[in-house]
Amino acid sequence: MKALLWQGVNDLSVDEVPDPTMRNEQDAIIRVRKTATCGSDLHLLGGYNPFMERGDVLGHEFLGEVVEVGPQVRKHKVGDRVVVCSFVSCGRCWYCQQQQYSLCDNGNTNPAITENVWGFAPGGCYGYSHALGGFAGSHAEYIRVPYADQGAFTVPDGVSDERALFASDAAPTGWMGADLGGVKAGDVVAVWGAGGVGQMAARAAVLLGAERVIIIDRFANRLQMAEKYLGVEALNYQTQDVGGELLERSGGRGPDVCIEAVGMESHSTGPQYLYDQVKQQLRLESDRPIAAREAIYHCRKGGSVFLLGVFANLVDKFPLGALMNKGLTLRGAQQHGHRYIPMLLERMARGDLVTEHLATHTMPLDEAPQGYNMFKNKLDGCVRAVFEPAR
Amino acid sequence: MRALVKVGVIVVGGLALRRFLLPSGRHGPWQRAPLMRREPRWHVVTVNPARDELTPDSPLPEPLAGLGDAVDVQIRRAPADRGIELAVRLRDGAQSPVTAGARRLAGRDPNQAIRAALREAKQLLETGEVLHPDSPPTTQTTAVNKPLQMATRQGRREGRL
Repeated sequence: MKALLWQGVNDLSVDEVPDPTMRNEQDAIIRVRKTATCGSDLHLLGGYNPFMERGDVLGHEFLGEVVEVGPQVRKHKVGDRVVVCSFVSCGRCWYCQQQQYSLCDNGNTNPAITENVWGFAPGGCYGYSHALGGFAGSHAEYIRVPYADQGAFTVPDGVSDERALFASDAAPTGWMGADLGGVKAGDVVAVWGAGGVGQMAARAAVLLGAERVIIIDRFANRLQMAEKYLGVEALNYQTQDVGGELLERSGGRGPDVCIEAVGMESHSTGPQYLYDQVKQQLRLESDRPIAAREAIYHCRKGGSVFLLGVFANLVDKFPLGALMNKGLTLRGAQQHGHRYIPMLLERMARGDLVTEHLATHTMPLDEAPQGYNMFKNKLDGCVRAVFEPAR
Repeated sequence: MRALVKVGVIVVGGLALRRFLLPSGRHGPWQRAPLMRREPRWHVVTVNPARDELTPDSPLPEPLAGLGDAVDVQIRRAPADRGIELAVRLRDGAQSPVTAGARRLAGRDPNQAIRAALREAKQLLETGEVLHPDSPPTTQTTAVNKPLQMATRQGRREGRL
């Protein structure tokens, strides 16, 4: 089959690889209909994750059709149209039963790396390096889905492929940030990053009853998109004073909940951007946490900060003093999608949650390297490139 | 300058070797390794069995039964309904760091077999099967990724467990 392969830092190709095979009785094989780029893929592309091998298939946000099921798969049959959670989780360990699915004890076939680096191993993730299980990704014609009854969700008839695709990762990740960040009626919520996940987090905050939701980015097209489709306010940090605006728009209190949806390759206008770039390039820190620092600084006393952006390991100049003295609650997680996807598909069917606008560029899988170039460099207003392997 | 580089390489190499040879366990990369223990330590997982398949009187699940008399096993209830704690340790005394390190490099450290057996037993009890990695692989072996491939081959046999 054809697949998009990681060949090295900033080097992708579309090549032939062996078809996936059933490896467990709870597996399914899915023919991929749509598969999206995600900002976190750029960390792999840029070489910030050292656990990639030449020939790894990228991609973790996808939707497709079941073509084969193992004898222990009960909920799905051949022909089902399913969206698949990007995390591989067993659904039966203690963490899964606490609905903390991305912390699954059994979904990562290679727990040694992350146990040594982070202390304990989270679950597995498709197309996200050998640290998270080494599972082949979705930028391919077919993909193996372990624990298919747990991680694959049948798409309701009224929901299009274009909309349901983002129930795989962007929408549940965003929803989790607002939900576990504790957004409630009357809150002022600030979201750093107006990419797919940031937009979904902002929309979730609106649907959870926030009084004002303010999304922060530097790309005008993304901010306009958020205003138009999500009903939120926008702040451009290159042209506006973020701190002053947030104070003014929150009655001088500061946002109740601050959601960081940027991750380890954050940008900014100040000298700290140069500082973090130099340290990251010299491998003196692995991640640039600029948006996380800002979220902690601007959050109101006693407020909540949730990290949705992907971080790999170590950061510098982390404002522990602000965190402690303001009594903040800091949380973060990879997505617990299994917890939210059925509800999100219902909201998509009702029209509460629209996502199609995120897919600004749709193309055949053969053009995926160009698609990643557009996505990485934000060319032609690209928010998400979506590949269709059958086209 | 050359001498400085040499000293740097020796220091970093020595630290890496020390880290590898000293027993792995509860200490993180930024903490001192614990003092040497005379007894081998317990490797422990908490299992959340789907059914009441595991009690302190149960026969051992297959991957652990396969370790035979070489190990001591304890099964006890975890607090607050968190399941069952399965603890295993080598019956013989602790090995010297050099012997243990050499056996570990060769993939013949019995602690590696204990880790793999514990992880597989937990998966069988919780999900009914042991999750296998994708195959056939799509990756190629290169000089750069050989160490990573070696590490992932030991994926369930290493780590902090």
